[in-house]
Amino acid sequence: MSLLELEGVEAFYGDFQALFGVGLSLDEGECLGLVGSNGAGKSTLMRTIVGAHDGVVRGHLRFDGGELPHHEPHKAVGLGLALVPEGRKLFRSLTVEENLLLAEEAGRKGQWTLARVNELFPILKEFAKRPATRLSGGQQQMVAIGRALLSNPRLLLCDELSLGLAPIVIKDIYASLEKVRSEGTSLLVVEQDVEAARRVSDHLVCMRSGRVVLSGSSDELSAGQVTAAYFGTEAA
Amino acid sequence: MSTLADILVQGVLLGGLYTISALGLSLVFGVMRLVNLSHGDLMIAAVYLALAFSFGSPEVNAVLLILVAVAFAPIGYALQRLLLNQVLDPDPLRPLLVTFGLSIVLQNLFLLSFSADTQRLRIDALTEAVVSSGAVSFGALDALILVTAIGLAFGLQTIFFHTKLGRRLRAASDDSSTLGLMGLNWRHVFGLASAIAFVVIAIAGLLLALRSNVDPFSGPSRLLVAFEAVIIGGLGSFWGTLLGAMLIGIAQVVAGTIDPGWQSLGGHLVFLVILALRPQGLMPRVAQ
Amino acid sequence: MSIDLKMTVSGCIRVLVAVTAIASLPFVLATANIRLGTEILILLNLAMLWNLLAGYAGLVSVGQQAFVGLGAYATWMALVWFGFPFWIAVAAGALAAGLAASAFAPFLFRLQGATFAIGTWVMAEISLLVIANTSAVGGGAGVSVPARIAREIAPDRAGRESAIFWTALMVALVVLLSSYLLMRSRWGLALTAMRDEPTASEAVGINTRQVAVSIFLAVAVLTGAVGGLILLAKLRITPDSAFSLFDWTAYTIFIVVIGGIGRLEGPIIGTAVFFTLRVLLADFGPVYLIILGVLGIAVMLFAPKGIWGAVQTRTAFSALPVNWPFRSIAIQPNLKIPAEETKQ
Repeated sequence: MSLLELEGVEAFYGDFQALFGVGLSLDEGECLGLVGSNGAGKSTLMRTIVGAHDGVVRGHLRFDGGELPHHEPHKAVGLGLALVPEGRKLFRSLTVEENLLLAEEAGRKGQWTLARVNELFPILKEFAKRPATRLSGGQQQMVAIGRALLSNPRLLLCDELSLGLAPIVIKDIYASLEKVRSEGTSLLVVEQDVEAARRVSDHLVCMRSGRVVLSGSSDELSAGQVTAAYFGTEAA
Repeated sequence: MSTLADILVQGVLLGGLYTISALGLSLVFGVMRLVNLSHGDLMIAAVYLALAFSFGSPEVNAVLLILVAVAFAPIGYALQRLLLNQVLDPDPLRPLLVTFGLSIVLQNLFLLSFSADTQRLRIDALTEAVVSSGAVSFGALDALILVTAIGLAFGLQTIFFHTKLGRRLRAASDDSSTLGLMGLNWRHVFGLASAIAFVVIAIAGLLLALRSNVDPFSGPSRLLVAFEAVIIGGLGSFWGTLLGAMLIGIAQVVAGTIDPGWQSLGGHLVFLVILALRPQGLMPRVAQ
Repeated sequence: MSIDLKMTVSGCIRVLVAVTAIASLPFVLATANIRLGTEILILLNLAMLWNLLAGYAGLVSVGQQAFVGLGAYATWMALVWFGFPFWIAVAAGALAAGLAASAFAPFLFRLQGATFAIGTWVMAEISLLVIANTSAVGGGAGVSVPARIAREIAPDRAGRESAIFWTALMVALVVLLSSYLLMRSRWGLALTAMRDEPTASEAVGINTRQVAVSIFLAVAVLTGAVGGLILLAKLRITPDSAFSLFDWTAYTIFIVVIGGIGRLEGPIIGTAVFFTLRVLLADFGPVYLIILGVLGIAVMLFAPKGIWGAVQTRTAFSALPVNWPFRSIAIQPNLKIPAEETKQ
């Protein structure tokens, strides 16, 4: 049975419709890559899944067989979903350690503890007492991932982890995601960079203008197919 | 006649009174960024609740007052969840209007239920005692207010910076919508903050009524100085609020010594000068 | 375009008919009712001005009573000390309010949002305290216009009430017309954009801060003129009455928000609702105020765009169509044009 299953999902910003009948499914232990250009609706979809989209939401969002609540992200965390949001969204007046503690105290209990996150990202222990937003971009991204892991999610959603980071830092971060996955956490990874997404994922979904336009195994889809779907040139 | 020491003592005591009125607001406005225009009326509401508990008699005791303060916590939580959370907005207009509406409703409810007569509370041992040392002397009640003000500022600062709830409050103050991603319901967190704020508001109102008369419309007069203290102290710092209130108190006493008519003006001018020099306030929580 | 033009013409005709009807009221009404009419116009003026400030420039002020009070006192000085005719005296009130606003603006515009609102309140308190401590203008006891000067406006009571009514109506027309023209100008476009979408206003290439300061000053000037009218209507003012937060700002905010903030029609609807409630419920005293408070809260919770906003979303009707020119101005092809209908 799929861990996450979406069917006919629509989302609105006021009168503006951002998602049109989106459907996808993700199995336990799988890593799904979600690609698409700016404005394709990827971030809206991620926020909709965890209940953090403020506008109207329609359609079915099932997680482990149950319907996910709309507009109540704190409940989604309790069910085992965690989002590393676009732009990281660290609490600026909290220290690194306080950002992590906040998530640890409120989230599900499990194998991920503050000590284990510090083991995964040793730099976070070193900078524990610094204000979170004084760190470099890559280090901030580590805080954001660590924060999400501390709620011990069954499914970790990552929204554009690589945005604005140097290639070497991106490599490190994706290496740490492999570790996370090897411990049994399923992943849903949004990327603008198609190649990065293909490397980490088992399954690839491409979105354009709020719709799923291509879906298939990451190994089997050709680069040409993905590029055509990405830019909307498949008809030409 | 007024020695410098006397002016300073009077200023600090007045500052204590302003601190106590401002601390609840510091939590509501400084942390939740909610402009609560009914703050003063809620202080007065605590007085009328105490009078209702004592069947209209102004003679009260400490147990009754503590009971009222505790009873204010669930009221604060409920009001936040049912009303105030609905209008939290970066644009100040909605909270401004809703709390102004609440203010009018409260004042007129007081008027209908308790008439326009002035009321006060009395604990004889406290109200009449005088502390004197050398050249300066002051009422025991004023001293109690000052001590309570410092104690509450310390307590709130400790909760805010050294507890789990405080951490959640600071996070919610930074970005309430991201709090949900951590598994926390910001509405509940703000409800708890309001519960604490309401206890402080009740304490302030009760001490105020022990010190001077109140009537259904005396709430708003406490409001502006409280806002000024919170703003010049720096949003989100309770020691800052205390400092702001002290500066206003001292400035008022100094100006009042020069000409009694200029007392309030002295406080407002200090507000303007500090804003001109440090728009972020004296002790803001986040370095700008 | 031709349909738009027709809408504008019909809008103009509607306004003209309404103005003529209102202006002829003093010929048919009893003196007491003319007084009520003046009172309505005064609150309508303040409401339209506050709407410009908060609804369009995004400046939420709770200290407009500063300009009412200063305008009233300056008008009194011009009348009594210098013996100016009443309409020049009202202009002097406007000027004084404008000067005060330019003195306070450097402090206020360091503040944002809620702190700005509190800052304006401090401004009003300072103005009140300065006047209340100046014995030349009567200190706390206030001042009154001597009967001799009141007679110079018009020899009899009814004539004076009518003259003040017409002056108030004229100020209302100035305010309405300038709001209307402002909304149809590039500035108005920038302001609406700033309110609806802060990033878009940058694209329009207008210094929105400068626009906001200019509107603050212009609104202060006109609010000062309304203060002058209030003096003429009351003939006697005290610092507490002239600088009343309740009478000149709080009720005004209620009117605008209930009617519909950020819409030219909003203050008109709000004033009508406010006075209707007052006439119907005034005898109930506190109950009337409780109803008003609950109404304000209910509107903010359930219809944040006010009565007119709720009507408009259902019918897409606009009595004063300010939006049509926006559609014909080519600004930037990708800019979202903030016409009334596209707002949610």
